[in-house]
Amino acid sequence: MKNKQLGIYVHIPFCVRKCIYCDFLSAPCTRAVQEKYVEAMLGEMQQVAEEQAEILQKYQVFSIFFGGGTPSVLEAEWIAKILLKIRQLFRVSEDAEITVECNPGTIDEHKAQVYFDSGVNRISFGLQSANNTELQMLGRIHTFEEFEESLRIVKAAGFTNINVDLMSAIPGQTVISYKNTVQKVLACDVQHISSYSLIIEEGTYLEEHLEEFPPLPDEDAEREMYAYTKQALQEAGYQQYEISNYAKPGFVCRHNLSYWERTDYLGFGVGAASLFEECRYTNLSDIEQYIQLYTPTETILEAVCNTVKDTKTQSERYAEWRVLSKEEQMEEFMFLGLRKIEGVSQRAFEKKFQVSMQEVYGTVLDKYQKNGLLIIDGDAVYLAPHGIEVSNVIMADFLLT
Amino acid sequence: MAKINQKNIRNFCIIAHIDHGKSTLADRIIEKTGLLTSREMQEQVLDNMDLERERGITIKAQTVRIVYKANDGEEYIFNLIDTPGHVDFNYEVSRALAACDGAILVVDAAQGIEAQTLANVYLALDHDLDVFPVINKIDLPSAEPQRVIDEIEDVIGIEAQDAPQISAKNGINIEEVLEQIVTKIPAPTGDAGAPLQALIFDSIYDAYKGVIIFCRVKEGTVKKGTKIRMMATGAVEEVVEVGYFGAGQFIPCEELSAGMVGYITASIKDVQDTRVGDTVTDNDRPCSEPLPGYKKVNPMVYCGLYPADGAKYPDLRDALEKLQLNDASLQFEPETSIALGFGFRCGFLGLLHLEIIQERLEREYNLDLVTTAPGVIYKVHKTNGEVIELTNPSNMPDPSEIDYMEEPMVSAEIMVTTEFVGSIMKLCQERRGVYIGMEYIEQSRALLKYDLPLNEIIYDFFDALKSRSRGYASFDYEMKGYVKSSLVKLDILINKEEVDALSFIVFSGSAEERGRKMCEKLKKEIPRQLFEIPIQAAIGSRVIARETVKAMRKDVLAKCYGGDISRKKKLLEKQKEGKKRMRQVGNVEIPQQAFMSVLKLDEE
Repeated sequence: MKNKQLGIYVHIPFCVRKCIYCDFLSAPCTRAVQEKYVEAMLGEMQQVAEEQAEILQKYQVFSIFFGGGTPSVLEAEWIAKILLKIRQLFRVSEDAEITVECNPGTIDEHKAQVYFDSGVNRISFGLQSANNTELQMLGRIHTFEEFEESLRIVKAAGFTNINVDLMSAIPGQTVISYKNTVQKVLACDVQHISSYSLIIEEGTYLEEHLEEFPPLPDEDAEREMYAYTKQALQEAGYQQYEISNYAKPGFVCRHNLSYWERTDYLGFGVGAASLFEECRYTNLSDIEQYIQLYTPTETILEAVCNTVKDTKTQSERYAEWRVLSKEEQMEEFMFLGLRKIEGVSQRAFEKKFQVSMQEVYGTVLDKYQKNGLLIIDGDAVYLAPHGIEVSNVIMADFLLT
Repeated sequence: MAKINQKNIRNFCIIAHIDHGKSTLADRIIEKTGLLTSREMQEQVLDNMDLERERGITIKAQTVRIVYKANDGEEYIFNLIDTPGHVDFNYEVSRALAACDGAILVVDAAQGIEAQTLANVYLALDHDLDVFPVINKIDLPSAEPQRVIDEIEDVIGIEAQDAPQISAKNGINIEEVLEQIVTKIPAPTGDAGAPLQALIFDSIYDAYKGVIIFCRVKEGTVKKGTKIRMMATGAVEEVVEVGYFGAGQFIPCEELSAGMVGYITASIKDVQDTRVGDTVTDNDRPCSEPLPGYKKVNPMVYCGLYPADGAKYPDLRDALEKLQLNDASLQFEPETSIALGFGFRCGFLGLLHLEIIQERLEREYNLDLVTTAPGVIYKVHKTNGEVIELTNPSNMPDPSEIDYMEEPMVSAEIMVTTEFVGSIMKLCQERRGVYIGMEYIEQSRALLKYDLPLNEIIYDFFDALKSRSRGYASFDYEMKGYVKSSLVKLDILINKEEVDALSFIVFSGSAEERGRKMCEKLKKEIPRQLFEIPIQAAIGSRVIARETVKAMRKDVLAKCYGGDISRKKKLLEKQKEGKKRMRQVGNVEIPQQAFMSVLKLDEE
């Protein structure tokens, strides 16, 4: 049987303090709840592994990602325990990429060592900015100096694959301060850098109090920041492989790429999303409900196991659950794939869907090829640099339904 | 029921400036005559369209018959004919007045006489109605009843010392009004045995009964079986039912004879056959001549109405047809716009009429509409001698074929306190007004008379008037006729393509400024797109203004966290949905509201 690739995402919905722009499922929490949550998650893993045992035989785990929230607020031993459980339940490849997201200031020598010893081989830091005023305004708990200290700790522990997340278009941010951040991070010598522009999401503190903050950089400034990232990082030896992601050769993030390539992944934890066998589903977002559902007492486990094929159970277990239609798969193939710099392959499309990309998307491809936003080069279809900047508009045109 | 004695009938209406309390007084009269209990009273019984109640104006004439036992011990039949309250419906007002023998003039005790008060009084006096004044809102702290009484006597010249001083809202002194209706309004005259002569003052369409004619019988008698003929339209039908108006219901009766007000049904299918102002007579025994004053009302303001969703075109047509059943002055014919697709060119009595129809289409028929800039009817005299009436700017002939053009003018009267005379005169000048004269009503108020081009007042003149007089100016106008004028068609080019739905006709001297403002406005309305979009205003091939919508340069998805793809897809779907609400013109997507932006050029 072939080894199909499977990603695993583990959601840790805890943090020290909620940032003003954050609309992810995350909040500060007591140790007792954290412990119950981890137990429940182990229960969920157990249950899924049993339910899907047959199908899972053909899958091999090539990436494990602990995201949040701030996974590093958990005791390091719990991360090790979760990893151990995953290895027991799933076939994890020898060279799997195993990432833990860390917030600067929440990691010490002990944690770093436990991570390293348990097989974690990649650390991702949510730095966002090297400017302490900007960090404070965003509600981040750390300073740039604390980040430097955390970085030193993980490097000393043996980590050689490290990512730093940056953010552009922060209120009050200038092109100069952003450039400064990029320069400082380049000096840190890490293998991977992501830079996202801040999106003001509905319901966040920032959205509700926007007028109290310094003005957002305008479109032109934001564009300059984007252009600068690309140029400075490429000069420093990083390769852009996706709209917002850059890596030194050999350090492309497999977990990240799997989303754009529609590799199957299982999400564990509250609110976690999965793509498994062309079915997308999302876990319940209420932590209490989640804990109740998966705490492995005999009776609950049995009850759920016995009725798992029942749709009622599905609606009880998931916030969303749908089998993707062929059209939806095609849409995803395009709008996710086009986020990659190398774009999508026409042959891969045809092989998967038994219909040519031209037949389905000829008009749209033609339209954007004509105005120079999209490039068709033999088998490859990808966005031109300016097309990337306005990618939402283009991708929306690939929706079929 | 015993036969009604003609001398115990009173046919009257209430006239007033807007907001002076006409409808409230009508409610109180109905309430006090005991036909309805207070509990049954719906606020403002006569205005029964939702829209009318919301806007506080009467759109269609409403009529009610009530019985009043007067102090002299006799019972009187009151026919209260409520008239439309806006200058757009002037002709309807005049026909409703012609159905009355007298009128109650309601004047606000705080505000005194306003432009519409005067216009309505003169209209009533023109119809030989006996008018008696009522001073309303005497309970307001700012009420000055004696000043208003003196003003009525000085300005209008009617006796006002014994005018009832009332509060319609609080029901104060309403009995006095009822008594004066009996004593001051004359009983109708007319011979019940003479050939039938009845005035149509309104008609409505009812799904079961067909057209219901509202009429005032001047001479003769009409009953079930009478073969009636509409003298102007020539339609002949047999009467199915006659009756009078209860509060909100039709009450059949034996016959309607001279002096009475009531309704006739005769299985007529189309209100076009029963035009307001026409005379109903007995086909077998016709009267010698129709009642005076009939005219066919013609629309004065035109605009294009398009469904926002092209697929709703048949729905829009159905809705317009249904509205037309009740509104003979609404006209429409199909037209096609390159930018907007299939729609209708619609004619209205005025801008208010337009707005009402538009709102009813949107509310009652659930249609999402795109409206093009309203315009008036221009007369184009071509060099070959042909004269065309232009209602759609797109149909304007090539300038080389035009000898000259004419535009409609109105005579306007504006009442304003003296401190604002300067700013209102300036406004009228800006709108190409020709000063006719000014009269002082009293020391602090003046009546300004101007001739103004209709196309200068149909957009936002009223708003400008109000804002430049802190809400105090009042305004009334009537059509005056056509004058020669220097007019040009202003075209708007978006991304070098002419957008027909945005073209409008404008006075040549204002073209440049209008063009510039239009471009500025459109620049704000049209969102950034993938390429730069020039917006130009042009007369013929000459570009007179230009703006540019810069290209959109950045629109990137945020971090896709935890593999939550469905959320990102929703974002893209939202984007796609937003595009659907725009009109595709060439490569450019234009939001629907941009087509109406010409209406709001004077907004700061």
